[in-house]
Amino acid sequence: MRSVTSTVLTLVLFATYLGIGALAHDSHFSLGWVLASTLFVWAGPAQIILISTLGSGATVVQAAIAVTVSAIRLFPMVVSVLPMLRTPQTKRRQLVLATHFIAVTLWVECFRLLPQVPREHRIAFTHGLGCGLLSVCLFATMLGYGLAANLPQLFGAAILLLTPLAFLLSTARNCRQLADVLALVLGLALFPLISMLHTGVDILISGVSAGTVAYAVHWWREQE
Amino acid sequence: MSDFFGDWNALLVLLLAGFLPNEVWRMIGLWLGGGVDEGSEVLVWVRAVATAILAGVIAQILVQPPGALASVPDWLRYAAVAAGFAAFLVTRRSTLAGVVCGELAMLAGKWWIG
Repeated sequence: MRSVTSTVLTLVLFATYLGIGALAHDSHFSLGWVLASTLFVWAGPAQIILISTLGSGATVVQAAIAVTVSAIRLFPMVVSVLPMLRTPQTKRRQLVLATHFIAVTLWVECFRLLPQVPREHRIAFTHGLGCGLLSVCLFATMLGYGLAANLPQLFGAAILLLTPLAFLLSTARNCRQLADVLALVLGLALFPLISMLHTGVDILISGVSAGTVAYAVHWWREQE
Repeated sequence: MSDFFGDWNALLVLLLAGFLPNEVWRMIGLWLGGGVDEGSEVLVWVRAVATAILAGVIAQILVQPPGALASVPDWLRYAAVAAGFAAFLVTRRSTLAGVVCGELAMLAGKWWIG
């Protein structure tokens, strides 16, 4: 639990979920609904997309497609975190709950904190970290919902700027290899170009190509 | 109870449009990632792709800002993030210093514009 309080990202999450609670209130969703979305969806961008698309009158199918595209990033995150959690005896079902908790924050924190945790305790550690973060976010969602009435625009802008700042810096901090640094830089540079194509899956295209180029450079240097 | 959650319809929508499209990627990861070794080459690639997709999400928020962030001019958003990154480097990779400086730069810029 100490790791929950020691991370800047917890503050960022808190502020983000204040924003989500307020957004849900303004889009006329019930408090129970938005709390359930925090509990079950557990991914900030997906919830913002879900609430804003449904709130603007889109159909369920349109909202589902938008959420699906935003959630693809969870797949490589899960694949890269799970090997750190596993021991040879671990059964797949023991990892289901830990898998549900994996989102950007937990992904970044696992790379930072798990190496200091003995391998056989890592699943328990992840459950604890996940539950701690989730409780903080449920509280923030509730608080944001209650405060929503009239948050000033500047406050809203400051909250929304937190996400890119914290994501960028915490990812940069965790870069271990050349491939990670290149992937981050190329990913940032490529998205604005790809987004001009308006494909609807711009992030997926720019992410897979930038990541693959970064890996190719890494591979080529290994061969030298 | 029904006041708290709203009607069952809304919860069904949450399940179909929120929970399932999101959770399916985690479970595919659990299912397919089952046999991958830590330290294997595939994982270097997978991590690079995850990092680059996240970089795309960051870039999207900055280039196509949602809601209230759109009230901050383009140059100020980029300048604030650059200031945050500079503070992060100067403080030998302190995320807190970077986030605080970035936010202060944005607020100072807004105040200066008026």
